Amino acid sequence: MNRNRWLRWLIVIALVLIYVWTFWDIRFSGIKETAGKITRSIIQGIFSPDWDYVYLPDGEDLLRGLLDTLAIAALGTFISAVLCIPFAFWAAASRNKSKALSGAGKFVLSFIRTFPEIVMALLFIKAVGPGSFAGALALGLHSIGMLGKLFSEEVENMDAGPTEALIATGASRLQVLWFAVIPQVLPGFLSYTLYRFEINVRSATILGIIGAGGIGTPLIFALTTRHWDRVGIILLGIIVTVTLIDLISGYFRRKLA
Amino acid sequence: MNAQTKQLPKPPGKLKHALTFVIVLFLLWGSAVQTEASFGRLISGIPNMWDLLKEMFPPNWAYFDNIVNPMLDTIRMAIAGTTIGAIFAIPLSILAANNMVRSPWVYQIARFILNLLRTIPDLLLAAIFVAIFGLGLIPGILALAVFSVGLIAKLTYESLETIDRGPLEAMTSVGASKLQWIAFGVVPQILPHFISYVLYTFEINVRAAAVLGLVGAGGIGLYYEKTLGFLEYDKTNSIILLTLAVVLAIDYFSTKLREKLL
Repeated sequence: MNRNRWLRWLIVIALVLIYVWTFWDIRFSGIKETAGKITRSIIQGIFSPDWDYVYLPDGEDLLRGLLDTLAIAALGTFISAVLCIPFAFWAAASRNKSKALSGAGKFVLSFIRTFPEIVMALLFIKAVGPGSFAGALALGLHSIGMLGKLFSEEVENMDAGPTEALIATGASRLQVLWFAVIPQVLPGFLSYTLYRFEINVRSATILGIIGAGGIGTPLIFALTTRHWDRVGIILLGIIVTVTLIDLISGYFRRKLA
Repeated sequence: MNAQTKQLPKPPGKLKHALTFVIVLFLLWGSAVQTEASFGRLISGIPNMWDLLKEMFPPNWAYFDNIVNPMLDTIRMAIAGTTIGAIFAIPLSILAANNMVRSPWVYQIARFILNLLRTIPDLLLAAIFVAIFGLGLIPGILALAVFSVGLIAKLTYESLETIDRGPLEAMTSVGASKLQWIAFGVVPQILPHFISYVLYTFEINVRAAAVLGLVGAGGIGLYYEKTLGFLEYDKTNSIILLTLAVVLAIDYFSTKLREKLL
C-alpha cells in the first residue's frame, strides 16, 4: 500500500515536470492580429462556397481534384494489398517456422509503418517527378506496413484443420493454397484492404501539399492566394467525399464480415 | 424431412463474383489512367532513386546537433495537442454515449460532430491554422488538438457504452446525485481505458507532429524542406533516422504503459 502511494506521487511529479517543460517556452503572443478576420472569412467561405469551382469546363476544378485523390488512394491501396502478401506470410508466426524469422518480418513491417508517407512521397517525387503517380507509389509503399501486419494476424488466426486434411489426402502445395488457405483468409484480406482504402483517401488529400497530386494542391494554392470561398468549397468537398467513402466501404465491410 | 436433408446448399453465385471482379478491375484501370501511372516511368526512375539513396548514406551525424531542438519542439507539440484534445474529449464523449444521455438528438449530434472532426487530416488542419495564426507551434498544437478530440472521444464513448450497469444502478437506488453518479460509478470504470486511448492518440500525434512543419506549423518537419531544397540528402537522412528513433522509443514506452493499464 505504502509503495503504491509513493508510485502515485512519483507519477504526479513526473507529469507536472513534463507539462512545465511542454508549456514553458510556447509563446502564445505571436498570433497574427488578422486571425479573427481570416477565421470569419473561412467560415463564411464554408457557408457561401464558390460553387462555380465545382465544375469548370477547362482544367483544374473540384471534381477533377477529388477524382484524382480517389484514384491515388485506389491505386496506392491496390499496390500495397499485392505487395504486402509475401510480407504477411513472412511475419506470421506458425509452428513450423522459427520465432526469429517471423519476428524479423514483424520488425520490417513496423519499420515501414513508422516511415511517414509524406516523406516517402517527397522521395518518390525526386524519382518519378511531381504528380499523382508519385503520390500513389508513396501510399502503396507506406500502406504495406499496416496491411502486412493485419494480414499476418489473419494468417495466424487461420484454422489449421482444412490445411492438414488436404495434406493428408495428398494435395499439392498449390492445391492446399487454393482450397484451404485462400478461402479462409480472403474475406479478412478484402475487409482490411477496404479499411486501408478509407485511410488512404484521407492521406491522399494531403499529398498535394508537397506536389504529389490530388485535391491538396488547389487547397494550398487557395490558402496562399487568400481565396477563402474557394478554401470553403474544397473543405466541403473533402468532408463529403471522405464521409461517402466511409459509408460505402463500411457497408461492404459489414457484408464481408 | 428426408427430402430436405438431401438438398445441398446452393453454391454462391459465380456471376456476382465475376461482376465484382470486373468492376474493381475497371476502377483500378481508371485510377491508373487518372494518375498517369506507367511502369516505364517507374523503371526509368529507379536509377534516380538509387542515386538519391546513395547520397543519403552515410547520414550526416554532425547535423543531429541542429535538429535535436526542433525534435523536442515536435514532442512538445504532440504533448500539448493531445492534452488539449483529451480535455475537450471528456464532455463530448459523455454527450455521445447513449447510456449517459437519454435523448437520441443529443448523442446523434455529438457523434456527427465527432465524425466531422475526423474527416479532415491533421496536415490539412495545420495548413489552415497556419493561414489563420501564422507560422509557429500554435497552429500545429491546434491541428493536433482538433484531431485528438475526434479520436479520443470516439474511442471513449464506445467503451462508455459497454461499462457495467451494476454500480450505476446501485448508486441510483441509494439516491446519489448526478455528479456522484459520474465520479464514483462511471469514472473508476472508464479511467484506465481513457488514459490508454490518450496514450494511443499521443503515439499517433508524435508521428503526425513530425511532418506538420512541412506546412509551416513548427517542429522537425520544417527541416525536410530546408535540406531537400539545398539537395543535402545526407542531412535529410539524419532527420528521418532521428524521427524513426524517437517514434519507435515513444511507441515502445507507450505500449508498455498501456499494457500495464488494461
